[in-house]
Formats: sequence, structure tokens, C-alpha cells
Amino acid sequence: MSVKHKIQKIFYHLFVVIFGIIMIYPVLWMISGSFKDNAEILRGTLKLIPENLKLSNYVTGWKGFSGISFGTFFGNSFWITSLATFGTVISSSLVAYALSRVHFKGRKLWFTCMLATMMLPGQVIMIPSFLIWYNLGLANTYVPLILPYFCGQAFFIYQMMQFMAGIPKELDEAATIDGCSKYGIYFHIILPLLKPSIVTTVIIQFYWKWDDYMGPLLYLSKPKSYTASLAIKMFADTASTTDYGAMFAMSTLSLLPVFLIFLFFNRYLVEGIGTSGLKG
Amino acid sequence: MRNCWGTEELSVRVTSESRRLSGVFPGGEKGGLGLKNTAEAIKISKWKNFVNNDNTVGYVFAAPFIFGFVCFSLIPILTSFYYAFTDYSMGAKTITWVGAKNFLHLFQDEIFVKSLGITLKYVFISVPLKLAFALFVAFLLTRKSRLVTVYRSLYYVPSLVGGSVAVALVWKQLFARKGLFNSILAEAGLDTINWFGDQKLALYPLILMSVWQFGSSMIIFAAGLKEIPTSYYEAAEIDGANGFQRFFRITMPCLSPIILYNLIMQTISAFMVFTQAFIITGGGPNNSTMMYALYVYNQAFKYNNMGYACAMSWFMLIVMSAITLIIFKSSKLWVFSESGD
Repeated sequence: MSVKHKIQKIFYHLFVVIFGIIMIYPVLWMISGSFKDNAEILRGTLKLIPENLKLSNYVTGWKGFSGISFGTFFGNSFWITSLATFGTVISSSLVAYALSRVHFKGRKLWFTCMLATMMLPGQVIMIPSFLIWYNLGLANTYVPLILPYFCGQAFFIYQMMQFMAGIPKELDEAATIDGCSKYGIYFHIILPLLKPSIVTTVIIQFYWKWDDYMGPLLYLSKPKSYTASLAIKMFADTASTTDYGAMFAMSTLSLLPVFLIFLFFNRYLVEGIGTSGLKG
Repeated sequence: MRNCWGTEELSVRVTSESRRLSGVFPGGEKGGLGLKNTAEAIKISKWKNFVNNDNTVGYVFAAPFIFGFVCFSLIPILTSFYYAFTDYSMGAKTITWVGAKNFLHLFQDEIFVKSLGITLKYVFISVPLKLAFALFVAFLLTRKSRLVTVYRSLYYVPSLVGGSVAVALVWKQLFARKGLFNSILAEAGLDTINWFGDQKLALYPLILMSVWQFGSSMIIFAAGLKEIPTSYYEAAEIDGANGFQRFFRITMPCLSPIILYNLIMQTISAFMVFTQAFIITGGGPNNSTMMYALYVYNQAFKYNNMGYACAMSWFMLIVMSAITLIIFKSSKLWVFSESGD
């Protein structure tokens, strides 16, 4: 390799790394802010290393507000997110199987409906959906935040269908000859082979749902049932003088699950988005 | 039923099936091929045929979606359409049909007109910038190096966390009076700017935040770039094409279907921006960041004008469909398909 090439290479990597750090600077700033005291945060310093590292922000932040600690909020978020994610995976894979492998009457129609819901902005149905749940007496429960996820999410159905298109039809045919029913094909052939797509779905749905703000904002009104994202916003609002350090501490904690998942599964995530496309 | 494999065949001849079954069921052992047993066997095999019929299987598997589509999409849409022509508000005892009044009122509502303008401005600035930036980074990260995957993950972080309340609060702080951006300006010897106090400027931090979340578009572009055969570039190089020519004559046409996909998805999601505006500016100052979705939310849940808010939702749906349609129609001019030509 020539010297010119080497220098070029070094410049390339240097540029990409510095640029990347600028990109994630706000996130780093938030994390470092969680160890700073208020005065230092409000000075708006560029420095990432706190003058005097303090962990007390986490202690004060964890106490939460109106006597409810962040343990409750994180617990709520965790349950809602886990159930919704579980529901999405199960239902979406079932529906994707029907739409991509079974030739039933009306398949085209339901496929079109699925595409339509994918493009449909949630805000259009936000108000009537709320009113329906309200009239059912379920507006202050977790049901509206979880149940719809057990009915298949168009985006993930579409993604799984793309993936299933890559599973050879010969496998189905061979299984049919061996006496396997259509139900058996789903459980014993499609589902095991769908694993990469399922992992992608779990990751994406988990962090979408974890970060979701509008749903909890509409449906949860009792502080005890708040999710972490709702609680952080409340935390920033309720105190007469916002405790920025504590707010950043809780913000950092709220992003921790997302970061951990990303760290362990980012290969799946990057591949999944790459092959299926992702909005947001 | 035999473990996983369920039934044997999709279409079984009733006679052979009944003979086989008569051996399986206890009744069959005693009376051989009795009339009663045969009838039972026919019934069972009919049931099996029904269960394994493609239509049954299809609807069994698609049932969750069909239920969800009807209950959580279709019914709400139709109700929303009905409410749009009424003066419905929560807790009201009567609903009065007001005809097109809600829709006519939209254009006399100054905040609505302003909000529509701001949202369009936000979409038209943030989406192209975001896509250009995503393409640039994707292009930057096409080098063959083991580190590229690490870099891609690094550049994806803003998208990963950008939708959260946590980051919105950080953003608010970054652009505060004494925030990070102002201290950079101060250090450079420039005047500090009151970002969220100036109605001409307040929208730009929000646009910047949207552009900053370029990660998912970037990854989709990167996957598309990988699909372009290297032989195209080699051929172009032999023909003496320079970098720019290669980019505009090969990369762009090959990527155009992916650009179209990203353009549509990002346009739709930009129209819906809510959380950022709600948390960072709350629509202010003087409604200069009153995004459409935020105004719908305010009308519905703050002022309890459900009917009016539904009319606004429908208007938004029409505007968005129109813009998506225009993009689709225009795509014939600029999206390159291999089969065409």
C-alpha cells in the first residue's frame, strides 16, 4: 500500500470517528449531565467530564414525584412494552404466514388493507380510538396500549412477509407430501426459519414501544400507572425549579434498556432494517 | 391426532378414510364397518377437510389482523368521518349534525392556517435534508473495512434514541438561553440567540433534530448501495467516468426506488411529528411551532372540540394522500426500473 493511500485511510477513519462523536454528542452530554450538579449544567459547558462527579442525581431522581419512585414507572414501562412486543411477534407472524403462504379467498383484499394501515397516520384514528376505549370504560387501563398489538402490526407483517418470500416453497411441498398440515407447516417449518426476522421485530418493537409517548399520554392519567417516558416529562414539569441533574439521570436510565438491546443485537437490527426498510 | 403433522392429506377419499378410522376408534373394533361408524367417519373427515381447506387456514391465521383492522382502524376511521360533521365533544349529551361547518371553519381559524404552513415548511425542509444527509453518510460508509459496521451503529444511535422524551428534553436544554449551542456561539465571539423565544427561529432546532435522526434512512440506503453490482462501476471507470459522473449516472438511478421508499415513509412520519414539538416548545412562541398533530391534540383533548379535531384529522389525511400521490406520480419521471426502457 502506498504512503498516499495510508494517509488517505487515516484521514477517512479520523473524519468518520470525529463526525460520529459530534453526532452522538447530545447523548453523551446527557449522560455526563446526569453526574453534574445543576449549576454546571446550566452554565452550558461543552465539557463532558463533570467537575465533581456526583451520583446523588440518581438517588434524588429515583425518588420520583408524589411519593411514587421511578421503580414503579420503569416497571410499568417494562410490562407494557414486553406484552405489546410479545403480542406483535405472535400475531404478526401468524398473519404474515396467511398472507404469504395460504391461497385463501380475499387474500388480496386483506393484503391491501394491511398496506393501507401501514401508510395510515395514527393521528387520524387517534381521537375516535380514544373515544371507543373511553366508552368501553377502558381509557385508564393498559388495555388500549397492549391489546391492539395482539392484532398484528402492519409494518412487521410486511417485514415478515418479505422474509418468508425467501423461504423456499419446496420445503412446504415436501412437508405436505409427508403428511404435514398447513398448521404444522407454520409451527415446524416457517416459525423456526423466521427467527432472524422475529429478533428484528422484537428489538424494533421493543424500543418503539418503550419510547412511545403519545399512547401513554392519551390513556394514562393516574401517576401510579405512568410509564417512564411520561414520568420523566412530569418530573421535568412538576418541580418548581427543575432538577436538571436528576432529570438527566432518569433520562439516562430510561435509555439504558434501549442501549443494551442495541449493543447485543445491533447486527440483527442493522440487517433487519436494511432488508425490510424502516420508517421513523 | 398425530403430533405435529396434523391430518394426513388435504383431500381424502371418504371410504378409505372411514376404513382407516374404524380401526382407530374403539367403536370400529367391535362392529367393523358399521353404518353408525361410517357416518361418524364421514363427519370427521368432512371436518378435517374443512379445517385444512385453504380458506379456513387463511382466515384462522389472518383472524387477528382482520379483527384488529375492523376494530382499531376501520371503525375508528368511519366514526372519525362521522364526527367530523358534528359538534361532538366529550361528555356532551347530544351530538348535532353541523354539515361542512367544521371544514369551512378550518380556513377562518388563524392558528390552523399557521399550523398547516409550519408543518409543510417543516416537512419540505427536514425530509430532503435528512435524506441527503443519510445518503451522504451511507456513501461515506461503503468502504470495505471491518470498522464500517461499528461506524454504522454509531451513526444509528440518534435514530435509536431520538424519538424518546429523554432526548427531547436534552434538545430543549441544548438550545436553551444558556445552552450548549449558545455557549459555542459565545466562545466563537458571536451573539447568543434566543432559539425558542424567537418565532422566526424556533422551528429550526426541531428541523435539526429531525435531520439528526437520519439513521434508519442511512441503513436502508447502505443496503441499497451494497446491491449495486460493482461491474457497473468498473465499466464506467474503463469508459473514463469521474466520481461525479459515476454517482449521478450509476448510484442515483440504481438507488432511485429506495429513495422513493424513504421519501414516502419520511414524509408521512414528518407530517405526524408530535412528541418533539409537544415537549420542546409546546407549540410556542406565538404558535410558531404549532405542528399539525399538536394542534389536533390540543383541539381534541385540551379544548374538547372532538368534532372539529376529527375534521382536522381528515383534512390532514387528504393533504398527505395528495402529497404521497404526487410523489408516486412524479416517480415515473425519476425512478429507474430495470425492467423498463
